[in-house]
Amino acid sequence: MRGKRIQSLLKPFRIPICLMILFSCIFVGTTLYTPILIGKGVDHIFGPGQVDFPGLSKIVILYLVTIGVAALSQWFIGLLTNHITYNITKNLRNDAFAHMEKLPMEYLDQHQPGEIISRIVTDVEQFGDGLLMGFTQLFTGILTIVGTLLFMLLLNPKITLLVVMITPVSFLFAGLVARKTYFLFKDQSKSRGELTAFTEEMIGNQHVVKAFSREEKNETIFNQINEKLRKVSVSGTFFSSVVNPGTRFVNGLVFTGVCIYGAFVVMRGGISVGELVSFMNYANQYTKPFNEISGVVTEFQNALACIGRVFDFLDEDVVKPDGSEAKILTNIEGEIEFEKVAFSYVKEKEFIKDLDFLAEPGERIALVGPTGCGKTTLINLLMRFYEIDEGKIYIDQQDTKEIKRGALRESFGMVLQDTWLKSGTIAENIGYGKEGATEEEIINAAKLARAHSFIQKMPRKYDTLISMNEENLSQGQKQLLSIARVFLAKPPMLILDEATSSIDTLTEIRVQRALEELMKGRTSIVVAHRLSTIENADKILVMNKGNIVETGRHNELLRKDGFYAKLYNSQFVVE
Amino acid sequence: MRSLLKYLKGYKVESVIAPLFKMLEASFELIVPLITARIIDIGIADRDKSFILHQCIILVLLGVVGLICSLTAQYFAAKSSMGMGANIRKAMYHHVNTFSYEELDLIKPSTLINRITGDVNQVQNGVNLFLRLFMRAPFIVIGAIFMASTISLRLTGIFLLAMILIGTSIFLIVKITVKLYTKVQEHFDAIVLHTRESYSGARVIRAFHKERKEQEAFKEEGELLNRFQIQSGRISALLNPLTTSITNIGIISLLILGGKEVYRGALSQGEVVALINYMSQILLALLILVNLVVSITKALASGKRVAEVLALQPRMQEGKETTGLGKAEGISFKGVSFSYPNSDETAIENVEFSIPRGETIGIIGGTGAGKTTLINLIPRLYDATKGEVLLDGRKVQEYTYKRLRARVSIVPQRSVLFSGTIRENMQWRKESASDEEIWEALEIAQAKEFVMEKQEGLDGIVQGGGRNFSGGQRQRLCIARALIGKPDILILDDSASALDYATDAALRKALRRVGKELTTIIVSQRVASIKHGDVIFVMDEGRIQDIGNHEELRRTSEIYQELCRTQLGKGEAL
Repeated sequence: MRGKRIQSLLKPFRIPICLMILFSCIFVGTTLYTPILIGKGVDHIFGPGQVDFPGLSKIVILYLVTIGVAALSQWFIGLLTNHITYNITKNLRNDAFAHMEKLPMEYLDQHQPGEIISRIVTDVEQFGDGLLMGFTQLFTGILTIVGTLLFMLLLNPKITLLVVMITPVSFLFAGLVARKTYFLFKDQSKSRGELTAFTEEMIGNQHVVKAFSREEKNETIFNQINEKLRKVSVSGTFFSSVVNPGTRFVNGLVFTGVCIYGAFVVMRGGISVGELVSFMNYANQYTKPFNEISGVVTEFQNALACIGRVFDFLDEDVVKPDGSEAKILTNIEGEIEFEKVAFSYVKEKEFIKDLDFLAEPGERIALVGPTGCGKTTLINLLMRFYEIDEGKIYIDQQDTKEIKRGALRESFGMVLQDTWLKSGTIAENIGYGKEGATEEEIINAAKLARAHSFIQKMPRKYDTLISMNEENLSQGQKQLLSIARVFLAKPPMLILDEATSSIDTLTEIRVQRALEELMKGRTSIVVAHRLSTIENADKILVMNKGNIVETGRHNELLRKDGFYAKLYNSQFVVE
Repeated sequence: MRSLLKYLKGYKVESVIAPLFKMLEASFELIVPLITARIIDIGIADRDKSFILHQCIILVLLGVVGLICSLTAQYFAAKSSMGMGANIRKAMYHHVNTFSYEELDLIKPSTLINRITGDVNQVQNGVNLFLRLFMRAPFIVIGAIFMASTISLRLTGIFLLAMILIGTSIFLIVKITVKLYTKVQEHFDAIVLHTRESYSGARVIRAFHKERKEQEAFKEEGELLNRFQIQSGRISALLNPLTTSITNIGIISLLILGGKEVYRGALSQGEVVALINYMSQILLALLILVNLVVSITKALASGKRVAEVLALQPRMQEGKETTGLGKAEGISFKGVSFSYPNSDETAIENVEFSIPRGETIGIIGGTGAGKTTLINLIPRLYDATKGEVLLDGRKVQEYTYKRLRARVSIVPQRSVLFSGTIRENMQWRKESASDEEIWEALEIAQAKEFVMEKQEGLDGIVQGGGRNFSGGQRQRLCIARALIGKPDILILDDSASALDYATDAALRKALRRVGKELTTIIVSQRVASIKHGDVIFVMDEGRIQDIGNHEELRRTSEIYQELCRTQLGKGEAL
């Protein structure tokens, strides 16, 4: 299954892959031919006065051609692998990103950003590195082994047999070490993970640690973990570094064997001195690919694990695409109606049930209630970030399920508590509200949002670069920018999530006025925290535990002396 | 980096033995070509079987001794490098613990985490590689050339030339690739940033229906990354073919010139073979060096970052006193000013007040008014730039940190819980806190109800950062945690912002019941949260602009009036 999918990823690169294989064969062939040429060269240099110069020059020319071809093909292999790897990762990354855009909000809300970045960026990258770079190494490695055996067989089958017989020792040894190090490495990475987790949690919150003078206790725990890590690191590092000298030793044995036996064969006249030299060369490099291959295998496994995660991510269900008959909205009046809406985040635990309300065009609706009462959920449903389980939501008497999501969302202007800005200039951020907005329009929107004056004070005004964690901007200023964004888009309806706090007084007044301006003539749904907003609302929806418990204007609700009155009293009246 | 050498303490001998043994092993390896030459020139030429066997026994012995040397070297290298890493981590963690908020502002916690974990790792691996291999490669190169010169001085020039050519091409290619690679890294970071932003802004992106556009932008960035990756790959792919070719040309020169020497009778056939072997050894050693240089450069950069942390000295010195003077009880500020490091602006200026024990103080003001700065001076999280902060008549600088912070309990703005159980979190201020004490604190903090609803009660699991609790629940748990161990002063730094008004009110009510001894300082932007305070400080632009209770301030303070108007609505403000 996974293999098939990897195949389909590779499919567009059939030609480069074939070329790569071809060049690998050429490369290995030519590289393995050089020891023979050296041997032949040596044979032409026999002793004083006994040097066959014409024969030697022929060899030299052949040698030059061979290494030229080898070098070129090796370079081509490099270029081709790069081409294939980087393009596959690029395509995969684009697919994964596109997939993220289509995933339901629910998925994104439930997963950490780090996790999603891992899928789209890190895993993809590691897959590319591991699988393809690994593949070339593996392929040339195997080819080299087979080629070496072949060349040796051509020279002398008996010596070859000797070489092949000693080889398993090397395997056995490498395998033993590999198993031992695998466990040690696992211990090591576990210890390291423990240390990192502890450091991340404690140093990451060092401000709290200090405030509670918890330093000593933490240090004791840290030192324990640290000591454990040191111990496993020493053995892990040592054992993993045993492989090289070990195989080198076995290699040395092979080499010695070739020396003895080869020398005897030479004396018997079985092979020439030059051929013995070739043999020695082969014996020297014969086991090298084995080392590389064992390294490649772990990389392969890692790559497979990575691509598995990427595939899993790509298999996450996307939101059902808009139907072909989905409509777009035109000339929106701004009537919003919820009819017997039911929704739950968790299947067994019903949250919103039989929710009904109507917002007339231009009305201002305030949502009020304690934390977790379902205000935010209502917005999620209205924008179709989450899909309702039962009932209907209508905009101008049109079922929102029959409207294209994009069109539905564009008909709302949304200002949330957590302002989101993207990295870019201020102008770009405001311009996000409208494709191809002119500079004039952007400045105009900023003026309407009361953001113009502080933007003018920024170092590069509208061209000032800002980013997500911008520290030069206060929370309130960020909000003004997001309001300007909505002013530019001029949507017929509004969704506002009032900030609970963290705004300085002056900016807060500005934000208030800007929002007031924005709400004029637009149906607005406001998650309200400010009394002035609540008092000015045409209708207050008092929510509790997922239901609307009371509806009405401020004074009516107070007179009712119900849940709202209690909420209001606890908030504003001296006990 | 040099300053880090002292952390090899306890591993000095090991760190000398390791490279020594490695060099020993290398010298054995350098002897091998000589022996093969002798086998060819003497053994085969004279048909002397016992000579050949002798030589081969020497080869095996060399191999065994080499293996032992090598293993010794690897072991000591691993021991000293990993030991050094552990020493550095320990020292760093201890050092970071001595940092005050001031230093933590200079080097952010996220940076510190990376340095303690990732950077130290790079350093220890770098040291390990260095001890094992760095000395070996130059030794082999020089050794091989030296051995070659003993065989034929006339042909040594070929070796020198080859070494210079290989060295230069490695240097150039690595240099260019490193430069291109930083470009690749930049674009890679851009991709990460874009992904992160698209994740966090998913709602807004969808609200503006910009999914397609974001995808296009992402693709463009990917295209750019791709271009630079391929560009840098093109150059680095040259390394192996180029260096191998140079070596092979060297071998060809040896065949031609060596052939002439043999013809003259100055060199034997076996010696030509030995020379060729030395040439190959040089290439192998240099290529290992390349990988090494890359890792060592990384380790050096990491080492610099580590040393930077260790070099940063905390400005504050801890005091020794554990008790106050007893005369003037409570907190007083005398002409206190403070500015953050690297900032010209004063965060608070000339603040003067005293709070008697047992009062409830409200501090209100907008963002940047200096509220948090002010309260951070009380448990000495920062030191005042000018003026004095006194607790019970004694300067806060004179107390031990432990004592001071045991008395002053602060609930920070960002509510953080730690992974473990609820109980473990509650025991942060007092390790021996009993369940009874904990429940009591939870009750005051309005957290009892939801903790009781949990099946496991106090054994309920808290995930890292407390992410399995809602914002409001987290804040309440943090308040409870601060209450345990009976602090004298409780500071709530805007730490009830996620609570709804009803809970907030209930919390305030409960806090008032805790006792007459507890001084409570509530920092907020909400009038409702502080209006019941005995005294309210209205802060603006780093100064306490007005002091008084709610009624007084409503009459006299312009700023306070404005706050009431926007927050409390018409009815209240009249």
